[in-house]
Amino acid sequence: MQPFQNFTGVVAPMDRANIDTDALIPKQFLKSIKRSGFGSYLFDEWRYLDHGEPDMDCSQRPLNPDFILNDPRFSSAQILLARENFGCGSSREHAPWALADFGFRVILAPSFADIFFNNCFKNGVLPIQLDSEQIQSLFEKAGCATPLQIEVDLSVQLLTLNNGDQIPFTVDAGNKQRLIEGLDDIGLTLQQADAILEYEARRKVEAPWVFA
Amino acid sequence: MSAKTLYDKLWDAHIVRVDDTGTALLYIDRQLIHEVTSPQAFEGLRLAGRQPWRASANLAVPDHNVPTTEQERAAGITDPVARIQVAALGTNCATFGITEFAMGDLRQGIVHVIGPEQGFTLPGSTIVCGDSHTSTHGAFGALAFGIGTSEVEHVLATQCLIQRPSKTMFISVDGALGAGVTAKDIVLAIIGEIGTAGGTGYVIEFVGDAIRALSIEGRMTVCNMTIEAGARAGLIAVDEKTIDYMRGRPFAPSGELFEQAAAYWRTLVSDDGAVFDRVVHLDAASIAPQVTWGTSPEMVLPINGQVPDPAAESDPVKAASIRNALNYMGLTAGQPITEIAVDKVFIGSCTNSRIEDLRAAAAVAKGRKVSKNIKLALVVPGSGLVKEQAEAEGLDQIFTAAGFEWREPGCSMCLAMNADRLEAGERCASTSNRNFEGRQGQGGRTHLVSPAMAVAAAVNGHFVDVRTL
Ligand code: SF4
Repeated sequence: MQPFQNFTGVVAPMDRANIDTDALIPKQFLKSIKRSGFGSYLFDEWRYLDHGEPDMDCSQRPLNPDFILNDPRFSSAQILLARENFGCGSSREHAPWALADFGFRVILAPSFADIFFNNCFKNGVLPIQLDSEQIQSLFEKAGCATPLQIEVDLSVQLLTLNNGDQIPFTVDAGNKQRLIEGLDDIGLTLQQADAILEYEARRKVEAPWVFA
Repeated sequence: MSAKTLYDKLWDAHIVRVDDTGTALLYIDRQLIHEVTSPQAFEGLRLAGRQPWRASANLAVPDHNVPTTEQERAAGITDPVARIQVAALGTNCATFGITEFAMGDLRQGIVHVIGPEQGFTLPGSTIVCGDSHTSTHGAFGALAFGIGTSEVEHVLATQCLIQRPSKTMFISVDGALGAGVTAKDIVLAIIGEIGTAGGTGYVIEFVGDAIRALSIEGRMTVCNMTIEAGARAGLIAVDEKTIDYMRGRPFAPSGELFEQAAAYWRTLVSDDGAVFDRVVHLDAASIAPQVTWGTSPEMVLPINGQVPDPAAESDPVKAASIRNALNYMGLTAGQPITEIAVDKVFIGSCTNSRIEDLRAAAAVAKGRKVSKNIKLALVVPGSGLVKEQAEAEGLDQIFTAAGFEWREPGCSMCLAMNADRLEAGERCASTSNRNFEGRQGQGGRTHLVSPAMAVAAAVNGHFVDVRTL
């Protein structure tokens, strides 16, 4: 995984609660056995007027002019602003793959679904939970004619808006370290192989049926 | 020692190590694998030159993409992309020494149906799958939750996951359910009560007379939809029903080892006085058959309800959600649920495709006919073994005589990755678990109900209270 670098990006406001992973990346794209190339199909059913299928050339497809990411102001947004329970539904990691592939690196919402939240950190995407009033005020700023830009500093856990306002945020220490260092979780866990073997040896005595 | 919740007991028993930030390395006893969320995980193993830590801890089955008609099963999957994915599962399992119930194997079926059916799901174990409805297995007093593909790879390679403890919620459904009210109605009522984000950050333990009275299959239905309440996992304490269910299952222990396991399993209950972070009570007698009207499972009403009016909602975000949902669903504020006409009916999915679900559906279908207004009514058993059992009981005859199609096992129209789907604007009474926009096909409109309510809608052409039939 690429280490997470601080950056300044445009905020795309998606004023909807309960945006689910079926909306983020519809099921037909889950048939792919690859991990990349999902960005063109992010929010497929909202973004295009026709029905999308895997391997379609999206540059030829009719765009939904009312969809926020089709607005040229937001087409290169790196920060997504949304409402409650973002990422609910299916566990598909294709959702953060599609977000990251599109170019999103930060999602701001008042709450996130657990599995999606976890999946983000595995893919260099930082989900930030803010309280509802902060989110509301960001929506008001992001809806203006000039897009809202935010500088994201993960090391000091601070958002700086282009009007100078600052919003501190919290992030789990382990997740933060993994993002900043771009660590490979599996490699780290395998460094603890002895502890795992020890645990197994103990459990084989306590609960032998698990290993039968 | 202080009183522990069931969750605490399961968590404590699986900790390999905890670091100073409170993050644990949690041992995973079992992993279920399906074709959609695993190819990139196997590819990751291959690229890193890694082997599964314990191949026998995994069981794989194709379910999401498989066709449900006999013709297509015999001829091979028509959709080339899906065919490649199902084939990839087979190749990956063969390469890495993982047991797979491939298409054509009688034991093939929906991953959350076959795990329990085979006794692969063990009480007291930690169980994961790259699928959010892994919460189903919590019905056995197991800590079971869905994970993403990176974590599937992590479990394959290390048999562990990096986890932080969840908060605990106690949901008690007190008293007895009325006639015609089922486990599905309980869980929909709970979601209506706490909301789809109500369980975020929690593991929910379901307790109370109405839960205890449920069969193991009913308990699976309740735990299955815990994820729709936003919770990581659902749990139901072990009792003699759990232990009886386990006896004689192919992957379950047998003989002396079974008795030893059962003695441990009986301790898998929350201690008296254990403290939960949140407590919710519901009165079972007040739960009516439920029908969702919107595009989120929390948008649910009793059958005698009326579609809500956004103008009556003071919260602007909620009012906007209601307006969006009414628009997508093609409904008008104030419309009685019983006046909503349906086009298709789907009985199946990991929520409601087990033998008891099919029996309940057949009991309503018997001697009745699917309404002429219904374009398609499907019954898709959860596994080959459920199908075989249903046929032995003559349920397939009841369904086909009533005008239902009787299909091969798989996820089918629950998420419409195969040919079973809704067309834009079509309305479906579905026993599945998600009514999101496009879930059952782009532009399709889903109403979640119990199996009995789905059949009642099929024979009447619109929703009706199954208790009045
Ligand atoms: S039946 Fe539906 S919810 Fe269950 S595993 Fe299959 S697709 Fe997922």
